[in-house]
Amino acid sequence: MLEITNLHATVGGPDKPTPILKGLTLHVPAGEIHAIMGPNGAGKSTLSNVLGGKPGYDVTAGSVTFNGQDLLALDPHERAAAGLFLGFQYPVEIPGVSNVQFLREALNSQRRQRGEEPLSGGEFLKLAKEKAALLQMDMDMLKRQVNVGFSGGEKKRAEMVQMGILNPSFAVLDETDSGLDIDALRIVGAGINAIMRSPDKAVLLITHYQRLLDVVRPDKVSVLADGRIVETGGPELALRLEAEGYDTVMADG
Amino acid sequence: MAEVATLPTRLPTRRDEAWRYADMDGLARLGADALDAWQDIDVPAGESVTQCHILGSDAPELHRIRVSLGEGARAAFFVTNAGQDYTRVEVEVHLARGAHFEFGGVTIGGGTATREFVTKVVHAEPEATSNQTVRSVHWDTGTGNFLGEIKVARHAQKTDAAQDFKALLLEAGASANAVPQLEIFADDVKCAHGATVGELDEAARYYMAARGLAPDVAQRLLVQAFIGDAFVSLDDPAEHERLLNAALNALEGARL
Repeated sequence: MLEITNLHATVGGPDKPTPILKGLTLHVPAGEIHAIMGPNGAGKSTLSNVLGGKPGYDVTAGSVTFNGQDLLALDPHERAAAGLFLGFQYPVEIPGVSNVQFLREALNSQRRQRGEEPLSGGEFLKLAKEKAALLQMDMDMLKRQVNVGFSGGEKKRAEMVQMGILNPSFAVLDETDSGLDIDALRIVGAGINAIMRSPDKAVLLITHYQRLLDVVRPDKVSVLADGRIVETGGPELALRLEAEGYDTVMADG
Repeated sequence: MAEVATLPTRLPTRRDEAWRYADMDGLARLGADALDAWQDIDVPAGESVTQCHILGSDAPELHRIRVSLGEGARAAFFVTNAGQDYTRVEVEVHLARGAHFEFGGVTIGGGTATREFVTKVVHAEPEATSNQTVRSVHWDTGTGNFLGEIKVARHAQKTDAAQDFKALLLEAGASANAVPQLEIFADDVKCAHGATVGELDEAARYYMAARGLAPDVAQRLLVQAFIGDAFVSLDDPAEHERLLNAALNALEGARL
């Protein structure tokens, strides 16, 4: 589904490019939940930003195909319409725009790009209510401005509600567990399972901690260090990392 | 003194404070006669007037309004100024005791035109209040100005006057000018003013794109949120929508 091959990327623009990704290769087939772990500065967030097409990141070599399509040739909004969802580590506040309006415009903008009929106000609200309930989020929260005044946990929960409503085929979740207390972590983890655990969907789950993986239970775990995938294994790899630390596990090879 | 009365109105120059950022060529094309076309509105004590205007065309326009508010009277003006040529809206307000003046204005547009609001709010008596909110959105080499003068007379105690201007420039050639002028002779008053100029929030734009919003839809939503403050106290939903849509429709063709 997602094939990343020998990806090199820099930040800092053409004047002062700093290489971050240095030949990253990773294939995530449909039906797989793939966790990415790694020390600080390894390039985890850069990977997420490059996949999303964030301005300021330059791909200098390599390729990314998504369902056979050249993902890097698409604009960020086209990537979303193609079925890619990015869960932000720091969801952005948009004063003056309500969640309901934002998500309805987003969903209908995606549907138009795919040649589908836009949803009516009533149809959208029904869908939004259903997905908010899944994440135990009050509908009143959806009427508030996008992420404005939300706590860290509420923002992450709202991200998952957005994912439920937009119903992507592939989600890249960048430290969705940061800022969550234990109960919220369980709700968000269960939300990921409910929305994305499916033979025709896949997830790249970027995380620091085992706790979220206890709930989501990834099929594969990869270690990202210094801009490359240095090791891939099953869920037991995450447990070993948690017990022994990155240095020991990577030294063992 | 008959000859004085027949003297033609002198065209102002940019040295006149209220014309500092005006388009003098646009004014010259209008001609001096336009300067005499004042519209007078008297609101008797205790009464209330609300006006909504969509102004601007492809020719220069000057709108001069003089408002006199009786005791406890209220006047509210909401204006979308989307001219494709020089479009100047002047409002002079005289407030008696306990009167309220509300002004919400939006200037929006690209091209080379200057759009401006020039207000003079005179708190002549105690306990009157006024609130002015102006939002400007410009691109190309378009300009938006807000020149707001507030005068508080010596005995106009308990005056509460506020003025707020924010501009959003969609590209480097556009400009905005804010000239707040507060002249306060009373000592027990509240007068607030603020002005900021900025650009669209890149982080918000990327976040919206990541959710699938096409750049023009995202821009329209962000601009709608930005100018919303100007019409927030307009409680007629139909008029609210009319003014907002006129502004947002002017956005078509703006740089993304």
